[in-house]
Amino acid sequence: MTTPCLQVRDLVFRWRADQPPCLEIAQFSLAVGERLFLHGPSGSGKSSLLSLIGGVSLAEQGCLEVLGQDIRRLSSRDRDRFRAEHLGYIFQLFNLIPYLSALDNILLPCRFSPRRRAQIRNAGRTPLEEAQRLARHLDLAPQWLSRPALELSVGQQQRVAAARALIGRPQLVIADEPTSALDADRQRAFLDLLLNECGESGAAVLFVSHDIRLAERFDRVQELGAINRAVPWMTP
Amino acid sequence: MTPILPLCWRSLLNRKLTLGLTLISVALSVALLLGVERLRTQARQGFAGSIAGTDLILGARGGSIQLLLYSVFGIGQATNNLSWNSLRAIAAHPQVAWMVPLSLGDSHRGFPVLGTDQGYFQHYRYARQRALAWQAGHPFAGLFELVLGAEVAARLEYGLGDQIVLAHGAGEHNLIEHSDKPFRVVGILERTGTPVDRALLVSLEAIEAIHIDWQGGAPPLPNQRLTQEQAAGFDLAPKKVTAALLGLKSRAAVFQVQRFINQYPGEPLLAILPGATLQELWDLIGVAEQALLAISAFVVVVGLAGLTAVIIAGLGERRRELAILRSLGAGPRHIFFLLASESLLLSLAGSLLGLGLVYGLTLALSPWLESRLGLVVGLDWPSAREWELLAAVIGGGLIASLFPAWRAYRLSLADGLTLRV
Repeated sequence: MTTPCLQVRDLVFRWRADQPPCLEIAQFSLAVGERLFLHGPSGSGKSSLLSLIGGVSLAEQGCLEVLGQDIRRLSSRDRDRFRAEHLGYIFQLFNLIPYLSALDNILLPCRFSPRRRAQIRNAGRTPLEEAQRLARHLDLAPQWLSRPALELSVGQQQRVAAARALIGRPQLVIADEPTSALDADRQRAFLDLLLNECGESGAAVLFVSHDIRLAERFDRVQELGAINRAVPWMTP
Repeated sequence: MTPILPLCWRSLLNRKLTLGLTLISVALSVALLLGVERLRTQARQGFAGSIAGTDLILGARGGSIQLLLYSVFGIGQATNNLSWNSLRAIAAHPQVAWMVPLSLGDSHRGFPVLGTDQGYFQHYRYARQRALAWQAGHPFAGLFELVLGAEVAARLEYGLGDQIVLAHGAGEHNLIEHSDKPFRVVGILERTGTPVDRALLVSLEAIEAIHIDWQGGAPPLPNQRLTQEQAAGFDLAPKKVTAALLGLKSRAAVFQVQRFINQYPGEPLLAILPGATLQELWDLIGVAEQALLAISAFVVVVGLAGLTAVIIAGLGERRRELAILRSLGAGPRHIFFLLASESLLLSLAGSLLGLGLVYGLTLALSPWLESRLGLVVGLDWPSAREWELLAAVIGGGLIASLFPAWRAYRLSLADGLTLRV
């Protein structure tokens, strides 16, 4: 049996010690290269789970392994490095550093991650070529790349964010409501581009959204409320 | 921290308007601090250089600062004069190389008149060893000839050949004038930045001559007035003077001669060391200069506080940016470093800009400062003390930079990957 991309067991997490837990998950996993649609309205513990996977927060109990690595065993510095090397994030809105050009935004993870730089080198490309290649695949015209991030449309910004998450082939791409700022047509187009690109690089996708209509393109759909026992108002 | 520095630079550029204004305020405050320091150093040096090459100043017994004030600065008045006989006895001391007598008490439109002899032009030194130089003309030779200090000539717009009437006593108004015995300007001295600039110099004999027909401090009755020609016919050898400058053969003898003068049996006399007394006087008036430095130091503190406030105020809008950086693998210490280096870079740039500003202003204003105030402000490499001040400013900037950095660190820990609006 191969190591899953993400493995969660008996996880308990609370933001503050004097509050009840906001996350209690007995079992949850994501296979390598799997595309999972994690469905949950706001308040169902999405951001808590994403913080835990990113190693920005730490669970008080239980096991959380990403690519076989127990996140809780890493020092905070190593967790930051691990996140830089292996995870790609796409957020809902305003994903980009406003004072950098689109191209510099795409290249940003390479600054923090030697592994991503090495991946690009192994593919026989320079980071610049790789950024241009991803931009082309994501339907971003070259003339937009030198523009400041703020001058791009929301749809273009999301594609830049996707290229940034994908550069250097991280094994897990986490998308947190990346399409909710887009209209229906653009949502579908963006999803196509994202999933194609992830398929090409072999990355697993954890796609978090409250919009169940998008779920059909994924290998598996998981209701977060169904696995998170810490949210009493979710259960009837 | 290498991934952070280019980001820091771009982030600063992105906010160039606000940060530029903040930078200017820091630069101006630093320029003020350095400028005040530079001016006060120059002022102190100029002040200490008011008189040089003179080993002792001799006057009637009284306060040493008072003696310095009236003999060198022409401020205030002597309580007593010195008799010519005592002066001759002291000049005969084997260690005395030269003596220049000074006679004060008259004035011209608020500027003091100094009666002296040719030795004054020969022995007076300022700013360590600069001798008096001539803008025009030559020393007085005839009885009713007069030499002007540069400031007097410039302010009252006098030139060679002009006729000048001296007034009896010091002050500007309601003085009785020696209008029957006018003087002719024969020389104008170069500017020195010392009290000499404000003086009118005549011979000791001239001082005697304009008072020859006075009786008991009162002007002569009209029928007892003597003309210039008549006055010149009298014995004009001075009988009393106000003070004298002494040069010694060996500086080592200065205390010996001072003791000799202070214990002179014929008359109560006082000898002072000009350097030491100048220092004493500066300590009195130097409080103002210290206060000025303290104020400009506070202005720098205000500048740095403004800088910190601007950076902290900007943090609210940048929480998303910090969360994005976190998601890309930046640790809280990267965030700390980013914010700290932003503030530090700004205070560093502000300090250098301020230093540049001081040099620019010095270059632009030094001719004016020298000609109007007699302050010689050179384009010297910053002094040790100025480096200290700059280091203190940058150190202050470093401490100030810790506040936004710490705040961003806490925010990035609390926010994590959550993008708050």
